[in-house]
Amino acid sequence: MSESVEKVWERKDLLGIRDLDIWEIELILDTAESFLEISKRDIKKVPTLRGKTVITVFYEASTRTRVSFELAAKRLSADTVNISASTSSAKKGETLIDTARNLEAMAPDAIIMRHPIPGSSDLLGRHVRSSIINAGDGAHEHPTQALLDAMTIRQVKGGIAGLNISIIGDITHSRVARSNIYCLTKLGANVTIAGPATMIPTRVEEMGVRVVRTVREAIRDADVIMMLRIQRERQGKVLFPSDRDYARFFGLNLENMEEAKDDVTIMHPGPINRGVEISPEVADGPFSVILEQVTNGVAVRMAILYLLIGKGGSDEAAA
Amino acid sequence: MKLLLKGGTVVDPGGGQSGPADVLIENGVISDVLSPGAGPKDADVIDVSKMTIIPGVIDIHTHLREPGFEYKETVASGTRAAAAGGVTSVACMANTDPVNDNGQITEYILEKAETTGVVRVYPVGAVSRGLSGEVLAEIGELAAAGVCALSDDGHVISNSDLMRRGMEYAVTFDLPVISHSEDMSLVADGVMNEGFVSTELGLPANPPQAEEIMIFRDVTLAQLTGARLHVAHISTAGGVEVIRRAKERGVAVTAETCPHYFTLTDDAVRTFDTNTKVNPPLRSEEDRRAVIEGLKDGTIDVIASDHAPHDIVEKAVEFSYAASGISGLETLLSLSLQLVRDGEMTLFDVVEKLTIAPARTLGLAGGTLATGVPADLTIVDTGEDWTVDPRAFFSKGKNSPFAGRSVPGRVKMTIVAGSIVYREGAIV
Repeated sequence: MSESVEKVWERKDLLGIRDLDIWEIELILDTAESFLEISKRDIKKVPTLRGKTVITVFYEASTRTRVSFELAAKRLSADTVNISASTSSAKKGETLIDTARNLEAMAPDAIIMRHPIPGSSDLLGRHVRSSIINAGDGAHEHPTQALLDAMTIRQVKGGIAGLNISIIGDITHSRVARSNIYCLTKLGANVTIAGPATMIPTRVEEMGVRVVRTVREAIRDADVIMMLRIQRERQGKVLFPSDRDYARFFGLNLENMEEAKDDVTIMHPGPINRGVEISPEVADGPFSVILEQVTNGVAVRMAILYLLIGKGGSDEAAA
Repeated sequence: MKLLLKGGTVVDPGGGQSGPADVLIENGVISDVLSPGAGPKDADVIDVSKMTIIPGVIDIHTHLREPGFEYKETVASGTRAAAAGGVTSVACMANTDPVNDNGQITEYILEKAETTGVVRVYPVGAVSRGLSGEVLAEIGELAAAGVCALSDDGHVISNSDLMRRGMEYAVTFDLPVISHSEDMSLVADGVMNEGFVSTELGLPANPPQAEEIMIFRDVTLAQLTGARLHVAHISTAGGVEVIRRAKERGVAVTAETCPHYFTLTDDAVRTFDTNTKVNPPLRSEEDRRAVIEGLKDGTIDVIASDHAPHDIVEKAVEFSYAASGISGLETLLSLSLQLVRDGEMTLFDVVEKLTIAPARTLGLAGGTLATGVPADLTIVDTGEDWTVDPRAFFSKGKNSPFAGRSVPGRVKMTIVAGSIVYREGAIV
């Protein structure tokens, strides 16, 4: 006989998926589902976070993630301030911790940060009382992306446990890949990764994934194919010879899509390098849920803000 | 003046003795090691009952940071840290500012040691001018000024021809060359060991092969030139194996490792604690085991601290931006004694790696309690555990990943040339 135990969200920060329990992931996804409807209203605003202040600090250029967070905060009636690296004190030599302490002195409730160095969100979380939301720290984690991906898969497939999900591309430098590997394996998916060997990190199998040598193998049994963005700026680092070579051997296109299941779902965290990692026909084709991912991104970020700085949440779970 | 250390247990691998004995010091040198109670009546007696008397620890890999980086450490603060750690001699690396690549800087360091230091200081000169790796430093002048070895430590001599010429030139002056062995093209922008942990953390990483490749090059060049090569801070299983084979071939190579490489693994980096960032990086459990095996079978001759003090401003930053290094002088002996506590090595063998082996490696005085040798001694209670608290370090560098760790072996007294320089928590 199972005993019902109420679990209460008590986290101050959202730094990554690795540390989250399954019930926490499900609570976020369920909460996000309930927020989806708000974005469909004529007046897309609820007073949930009225009087709360949210600061986004982006040390890397990003439009879509920053806007997604900002919309999420605004739809919950929080006040938002955006700081970009070009205007930040980092250029003047101020340390991250000093910047954070100065921001905190202005009493924000949450600081959302994107930063090129892994662990920077952890560093911030240890030094300030405000809630820290990791919007991507180098190649480490990008938890909200993984959560919005999981939400999208749940919507399309009805669940995640037992699905074959392939992640294809530059795994080594991808925070999206890491957070998704943690999230999807925790939720019971069979995760396969593929890409050039130059982009497959050491001993990645120990994260609980299957590594295959060719994209075709990764496509063959997949219920979901998640393509990763090629970082053009890394081409100089001998990770792959040319866009042309990459597109031919590691891209997703109509030709190798013939290997795919009839009901396959295609995902991409964006922005897309059209014609390189994914061909336009596939990106805009019937299996693509790329725009649904973007929509869900706002709902997931609303859920995170609500759980961290709103009234909190709870979930019934069987022990 | 006679001083008798009475009632202790002597462990002196250099003199091949171990057991209860009293040590008599006269005029700054070891006058005799006697049977318990056999000392002269007219000596001043220090009761060291239940203590272990070892030759003063010799740390052949220290960064004293002076001149140039006095905010991190000075000869004064660094030698006090040494004394507190039971270290009576330090060899200090050349990566100061200006670099110790000429006789004037060597003389400056020696003068600082004379006027402000409390333990012996042996400067290491640079192999290349400005640590540039491009042009030989004035090695003859450095030798004349009194350097004990040559090294571009902290920087890698990637140019094989320059390393060859440096070794050849060093032979003339009978100076060993200490190599910092990393293939920088493989290290690239890596800030930790490449392995499962780096895969999880997403930090740029470098493979252990970066060390192995360069050690192989350097032992090959040592064979070519006949130079005495000392390989610094070995961290990898592959590196240990290359040295093992080179020694079997008769190459004149010695090697050291540091306590962090046999105590920690890259698992410690999971916290993103910048105090775990060292160069070379903390490696895998397999590497850690291989380093211990290398110490046991004699492949690794010496345990050194690679004392690398940094100011808080260089560590309280994002991991990739943080300076590499551990403030290690004050934990060197205790972390080494943990090997004894863990049953990995005998006390005799560990003391050898800390005393006579480093003395032989760089041709330094001391390292033993033989009659007539300068009376440099460390008195330690191997049974007393203490908790590492970097805030209490004498070093200016508080950067230690061992904060809060309980370790064995409390240093009770450090004696240099017959004078007590450290006693029970205080510099004398």
